[in-house]
Amino acid sequence: MQYISNTTEDRQAMLKTIGVSSFEDLLKKVPNKLRHFDWKLPKGVSELELLREVVEAGKSNHHFHDFACYLGAGCYDHFIPTVVSQLAHRGEFITSYTPYQGEASQGTLQFIYEYQSMICELTAMDYSNASMYDGASSLAEAALLALRMDGRKKILIPDTVHPEYRQVVRTYLSSIDCEIVAVPMKDLSVDLEKLKSLAGPDVAAIVLQQPNFFGVLEEARQIAEIAKKAGALTIACVNPISLGVIEPPGEYGADIAVGEGQPLGNPVSFGGPHFGFFTVKADLLRKIPGRIAGATVDKQGRRSFVLTLQAREQHIRREKATSNICTNHSLCALKGAIYMSLLGPKGLRRLSLINVKNAHRTRERLLKIKGVQALSDRPFFNEFGLVIEKDQKDLALSLRKNKILGPLALDRFYPQLRSAYLIAVTENRTEGDLDRLVRAVEEA
Amino acid sequence: MSKLLFEKHSRNEAEWLPELGETEAKVLENIPQSLRRKKEARLPSVSELDVVRHFTELSQKNFCVDTHFYPLGSCTMKYNPKALDAIASLSSFSLIHPYQKADDVQGALQVLHDTERWLSEVTGMDEFTLQPAAGAHGEFCGLLIVGAYHRSKKETHKKKVLIPDSSHGTNPASAALAGYEVVQVRTDAKGHVDLADLKAKLDEKTACLMMTNPNTLGLFEEEILEIAQAVHKVDALVYYDGANMNALLGICRPGDMGFDIVHLNLHKTFAVPHGSGGPGSGPVGVKKHLAPFLPTPRIVKSGAHYAFEHDVPLSIGRLRAFYGNFGAIIRSYAYIKALGSEGLKAVSEHAILNANYLRVKLRELYEVPYDGPCMHEFVMAATRQKKKGVRALDIAKRLLDYGVHAPTVYFPLTVEEAMMVEPTETESKETLDAFVEILKKIEEEITRSPQTVLDAPHSTPVGRIDEVRAARHPDLRYHGKQV
Repeated sequence: MQYISNTTEDRQAMLKTIGVSSFEDLLKKVPNKLRHFDWKLPKGVSELELLREVVEAGKSNHHFHDFACYLGAGCYDHFIPTVVSQLAHRGEFITSYTPYQGEASQGTLQFIYEYQSMICELTAMDYSNASMYDGASSLAEAALLALRMDGRKKILIPDTVHPEYRQVVRTYLSSIDCEIVAVPMKDLSVDLEKLKSLAGPDVAAIVLQQPNFFGVLEEARQIAEIAKKAGALTIACVNPISLGVIEPPGEYGADIAVGEGQPLGNPVSFGGPHFGFFTVKADLLRKIPGRIAGATVDKQGRRSFVLTLQAREQHIRREKATSNICTNHSLCALKGAIYMSLLGPKGLRRLSLINVKNAHRTRERLLKIKGVQALSDRPFFNEFGLVIEKDQKDLALSLRKNKILGPLALDRFYPQLRSAYLIAVTENRTEGDLDRLVRAVEEA
Repeated sequence: MSKLLFEKHSRNEAEWLPELGETEAKVLENIPQSLRRKKEARLPSVSELDVVRHFTELSQKNFCVDTHFYPLGSCTMKYNPKALDAIASLSSFSLIHPYQKADDVQGALQVLHDTERWLSEVTGMDEFTLQPAAGAHGEFCGLLIVGAYHRSKKETHKKKVLIPDSSHGTNPASAALAGYEVVQVRTDAKGHVDLADLKAKLDEKTACLMMTNPNTLGLFEEEILEIAQAVHKVDALVYYDGANMNALLGICRPGDMGFDIVHLNLHKTFAVPHGSGGPGSGPVGVKKHLAPFLPTPRIVKSGAHYAFEHDVPLSIGRLRAFYGNFGAIIRSYAYIKALGSEGLKAVSEHAILNANYLRVKLRELYEVPYDGPCMHEFVMAATRQKKKGVRALDIAKRLLDYGVHAPTVYFPLTVEEAMMVEPTETESKETLDAFVEILKKIEEEITRSPQTVLDAPHSTPVGRIDEVRAARHPDLRYHGKQV
């Protein structure tokens, strides 16, 4: 396939207009030495062959239509109403650029403004940006913001925060003069006594994840109070779907709230693309990284939307910008906005409750199986840890036989948690799925 | 003017979701009172039909590649083949979890592995990572690799990154984030990196030179071999910002020019749609000596089996959760597969042909400050027009009235009244001719009725937007009462 629109005659005519006899004449500046190389690339194919081959390659992937997914850990198999992709995949959204030309991008700018509004409502925070790459990089940008505040150089991150998120924060801060301090956990949640002892006057921010990596609900209010007492910022990393029933970060005193937006209408897609949301309390507005859309008026006084507060950004400030981020994840954020619109306040609450119900029922049934024990009895949202005393290989085989994906073996990230598994349960899991999961564990 | 969704109201019971099948109170027993949400989130409440109408109406207020010629310089707004969207949406690729066992996602790993290999071939590099989510993310990744490399050689004194004054803003911002001091290198009279200035600024403290080639003026840096040599001489690395890679496919390769690190923008060169501002993907390629520093995890192939390698001791670490923007990467995988070797060569050939054609046709209207054969884009200046009282911005806005997206204006910063035009390879001569005719008409207007141009746009959903007011009185979310 070549998606070229010029005909051979066009090409000749154009070369003539340019005033060269061959295309090569346009490349005279490229040193001859560079012109000869051998690249090993496949031969092009037609669309028919392309689709046939890619569909074939996909056959070796076990996907959610054939397997029931109990994997979560930051990426969840939620139901996505048809409307979301039908609307978001319109050419006008998918093939337009960042809305620099406001007059020709009112569609994009308005949905960003609406997205920002909805995210603020969801999190009970004051301001949101137009979205970031993902939850992990949003958390890292939040830590960077905190470190720019007033010279404090410590970030406290509990061991209950998603291990990959902690790795990303470490990478982002690796060139900056600062210290990342791990806060130990106790019963799968932040050890509050240890946190208190670590929260000194040199701490820029305390991070918390709600629910945390294990699905456990942290004592978020108490953590935020400890931060406040130490004069540090509270950075909350939250699951948006949980906010239908769980207290939002704006209510318990978070200064910055971020999170992974994938649960809001974005397919799991092997881990990306999704979007990160980034929200702050009013006093931090001008320190936000990334794009922000604002409402204003046009020459005739009509309401209009435009990218604003750009004096923070790289294309203006270059090395003095609040972040190097240029793109946001607009299309993923759009899916989030459409999804939230379809939910409405009632849907959000019901969705959240269905997740609570399904997860708790699943845990209850699994705990009845011999060899299965609780990892913690702390309250949780839609994900929980269990100890399954079975041979790991046997269990994996049995799960596969019963067409179950997951659960996640926790020793991958926490070597001390042997035979422990993390199980995520969304509204997509049926009683039939649960029967198979139970059978798989019993038979292993 | 479209109402906000918050200003509309109709029945929404979220019937696409099942019933709870239990009383709320019963389910809430699982969540302690103190951790519960007390006030309902004030999301809009409208019916499915109203949601569909709302977002459809919004979409119709956008210019996009599917509807308009979009010669936005530096952004490579080419046609995004529809087959790629269909492929990214296949359930076998979109409904798989990143923590599935490698055995259960061999197809996905093959896509990642082949894409890494092919990008290496295209750029002349040895190894690639697909983890970075965007170009700027790739730059940050590349600069962390620079730092890790120098630390591994105990060269801790290398603190400077040299960047041409015509560079993208992300370059210096990324360098600062990676802990470097930014030193600007001048552009010479011919529009190239000023070699003398570069040499004067290169010293043992230099860690890296970041540059694009062709540069942001659309000109090939013909002294690139000498530049790379000079940088390597002080034991610094040369970083290639791949924003302009659409000019080079099959013509020459950054790896052969001496670049040590490359980032690509899959959303430019490799046909991933821009999605109103993302998601894109910014893979990073390196030469062998830098491969140990690439982010984790790496994808490895042994025999016919693919797996993740997490244990990479010298790695800079992880830049995001999971592996990358897979849904974008698979589009580029399919694009490379569809085009193949010959098709990729045709991309750059027609991109260059189209840009030069426009340059020659437009130079009777516009000043072209660094005239001569360009690569995939060129910069013209509205300086003659400015003398008549009309600026590049005004022309950009007037173009919207004629159904053409504006070129990039006021970039690069080194050219006064810059208009950066990148037609891309997928446009036809017919479209380019129409664009020239439109600019001629605007030229006439500038002479005869300049106010028409100064007041433009007239036909877009809103007229010229008051940006100053937006910044002075930030209105960044809906506050009003719901209906």
